[in-house]
Amino acid sequence: MSDNSATQPASPGMAIDDEVIIGLEIHCQLDTRTKLFCGCSTDYRDDPPNTHVCPICLGLPGSLPRVNLKAVEFSLRVGKALNCGIAHEAEFARKNYFYPDLNKGFQITQYDKPIAVKGYLDIEGEDGEKRVRITRVHMEEDPGRLVHKGGADRPKYTLVDYNRAGIPLIEIVTEPDLRSPKEARRFLNKLRATLEYLGVFDSEKEGSLRVDANISIQPKGWFEREGKGKADRGRVEVKNISSYKGVEKALTFEITRQKNLIRRGQKLETATRHFVETRGVTTSSRSKEMEQDYRYFPEPDLRPLRVCDWAAEIMLPELPDARRARFMEQYCCSPIHARTLTGELKLAEFYEKVADIDTALAATWLADTLLGELNYRDMSIVVVPPEQFRELLELLKEGSVTDKTGVEVLRVLLDQLKETGSCEGPRACVDRLGLRVITATPTLAGEDPVVKAAKEAIAEQPQAVADYLAGRKEALNFLVGQVMKKTRGCAKPGDVNTVLANLLEEG
Amino acid sequence: MASVTFAPDDRYNAFITTLSEAETGPGRLSGIPVAVKDNISTRGIPTTCASRILAGYIPPYDAHVVTLLKREGAAIVGKTNMDEFGMGTTTENSAFGPTLNPADPTRVPGGSSGGSAAAVASGMVRMALGTDTGGSIRCPAAFCGIVGLKPTYGRVSRYGLIAYANSLEQIGPMARSVEDISLLMEVLTTHDSRDSTTISCPYRHTPDPSVRGLKIGVPEEFFGEGVDPRVAAVVWEAVTRLEQQGAEIVTCRMPSMSFALAAYYVTCTSEASSNLARFDGVRYGPQADTRRPWHESFQDQRREGFGAEVRRRIMLGTFALSSGYYGKYYAKAQAARQQVRNDFVRLFRTVDVIAGPTMPTVAFRLGEKTDPLSMYLSDILTVPANLAGVPAISVPCGTSEGLPVGLQVIGQWFRDEKVIDVAAAYEQGASL
Repeated sequence: MSDNSATQPASPGMAIDDEVIIGLEIHCQLDTRTKLFCGCSTDYRDDPPNTHVCPICLGLPGSLPRVNLKAVEFSLRVGKALNCGIAHEAEFARKNYFYPDLNKGFQITQYDKPIAVKGYLDIEGEDGEKRVRITRVHMEEDPGRLVHKGGADRPKYTLVDYNRAGIPLIEIVTEPDLRSPKEARRFLNKLRATLEYLGVFDSEKEGSLRVDANISIQPKGWFEREGKGKADRGRVEVKNISSYKGVEKALTFEITRQKNLIRRGQKLETATRHFVETRGVTTSSRSKEMEQDYRYFPEPDLRPLRVCDWAAEIMLPELPDARRARFMEQYCCSPIHARTLTGELKLAEFYEKVADIDTALAATWLADTLLGELNYRDMSIVVVPPEQFRELLELLKEGSVTDKTGVEVLRVLLDQLKETGSCEGPRACVDRLGLRVITATPTLAGEDPVVKAAKEAIAEQPQAVADYLAGRKEALNFLVGQVMKKTRGCAKPGDVNTVLANLLEEG
Repeated sequence: MASVTFAPDDRYNAFITTLSEAETGPGRLSGIPVAVKDNISTRGIPTTCASRILAGYIPPYDAHVVTLLKREGAAIVGKTNMDEFGMGTTTENSAFGPTLNPADPTRVPGGSSGGSAAAVASGMVRMALGTDTGGSIRCPAAFCGIVGLKPTYGRVSRYGLIAYANSLEQIGPMARSVEDISLLMEVLTTHDSRDSTTISCPYRHTPDPSVRGLKIGVPEEFFGEGVDPRVAAVVWEAVTRLEQQGAEIVTCRMPSMSFALAAYYVTCTSEASSNLARFDGVRYGPQADTRRPWHESFQDQRREGFGAEVRRRIMLGTFALSSGYYGKYYAKAQAARQQVRNDFVRLFRTVDVIAGPTMPTVAFRLGEKTDPLSMYLSDILTVPANLAGVPAISVPCGTSEGLPVGLQVIGQWFRDEKVIDVAAAYEQGASL
């Protein structure tokens, strides 16, 4: 999707000399086969609660964590892809707090010695290419999950599911370099693409991404002058955002809320708020907000990680920026198409499977048509069989269907896919629906369907004919439309034009 | 499968759980009854840490050491009493009542592995497992007159040991003879990759009781203030006997002893405050009141489930890790700990082992130690080995006031064989 509003201010009505400061903390589940500290499978989503557990991820007394080296490798890939420095010695630490979903009464995370620090990711910002600095990347374990029974508002009781406990997470923390909700979303999209290209993350999995956003509104230029920690106005941490769209929604809501407080001259306190996805609002957290003291200390059951040499050996795959450049070079994609097509790994791979038919045709039909139709149906590219889409492109390329009927066929096939998980072949579909292109014969014979339709249109629309003959050429377009309607879009617009013009000239 | 019948007269309250029929099989420990301290997980057998908070908890898995014992045919006949979660020096801090010292039932057996020591000393079992965080194997061994070894940190897997202070503690053998200690070490040191703090270093050794030419360092601090002169005299005599057997005695100094105890208590309470956080009533322990808000239920569980000494140490550790105090306490304790290590490194450049008393006194009377601080002070001679991670053994070396006294021998990292050799030398020399 393209953004046309990139030049608008982040929030209309904001004082012209204020600016929005946003920093993100992103938690991503690493797509390893087993958990971070034990051998339990991470593939728990379709299974009953507490079936992917063992003494270690249940935190049973006496069990000890052992680091999953795959998770370390994945984290190193992320650190390198985000242009970070890899720590000479990374260390796990315990974050101590009580919560019913926390199996050990502490979470194993990284504190003052994260695995990677000081990197950046370039995104398309409000004013062109923008570098967003990464503060740190660290590894940690996911806690369990609470399931409230009998209604979310006033649950009768709560159950704990530890299937999620111990799933490896990386937390990626940015500097407060983002200046609008849109930039935040673009950053997340770019980050997601990068993680997918690295093969360490599956965004399709429910709950695989969670975001906390820090946001404040400060006088313009304040941040550059003062830096972090000397906030003129309080900063709000919005927790519990679990979707890409949610980030933009939560931030937009929070900007409006803060802006209103500022306008009313109220003081903005630094606070933690929760995003309620269903209502699109942030709410004040319960009064636990005496600053939590997590009493971090080094995890005594694990040795420090010395992984610099290992990191140096890791070769990264082609990342989104490189692939975008290649698509422009190799397939002559437009910059916008290249950006869209490489913005998701699955999409880029899909394109490369069908590009040989006609690079430009494939790019247009993928980036402009298919994506829009998928979004409309809330479907993912992964459900579309590339060979079917190839066939559709072939039909278009050989001129067997028009653009218009091509879209119609695509819609039919996507609806079938959404309902049954499979679809008929595009050729079969075209024939079944009788949507094959009608080619007009040059003789203007009466039995030619295009000629027949054109004659009908002329007979039914004397006013348009009169207008045309009076020199109003746009009246022809109206008549073309009428003919297209009569032929159910199967006629080629060029043919219709010629036939109509000839018939009208003949008088 | 063969089994061993176990019907002891447990007049010293050494056991929390006993098994009348214990399975046994072929192996180096075939048919031998072994007692296991009740903070070591045993599948299907309640494991309580002598705490109410673990009432009803039956581990679904065996600790690595238990697997090893079973593999060698040992009959695990019971789980022994201890200070709750290992926090104590007397085995009086138990939800199951104190254990009595078989050498004098009006005295404590020492702690925290007092149940294991009493079970061995009274002859109910031939050998037992204890755990040693700051002296919890060596102290009761000394007080009850048996042998106990704290292995080098990282030599025996802690997998399944319910943690009190992870960076300090080790599981170790307790027995009446050095030979049995050696036998158990052969079994216990099979490597386990589940404990990341271990190194594969199997113990394959027959005790060599020759000390000719061996240099034994005797730190002045081990005979200084707070050490009962009568105990000091017994231990000096033992050291002298080793000298007569050909060892060279070198007096030395360990300046870090002056802050070792503080470093120890800050470290162990900090780690304990975190380790014991999981006992919140959600997964095990007594049924929680689910009608109450979770944080209130957690508080109730923990207030009622933990004994006074455990609550005290959790609070101390929580304080030591608090922001604003971390640098003053926890970080400083780690620096002090490094100095203790440095002292050992320096001493081991010139001596092979270090010797001194295990405990500054003989066993206390039951109920004698009422204030926590004086009890903490009695750990002064045992905690340095835990802080540094070096192996240390306590071997009986005579009596004072008719009560057993232990000779402590501390060795270099992963030279558990050497401290066992010296203990064997003393043992054989004494029996001549």
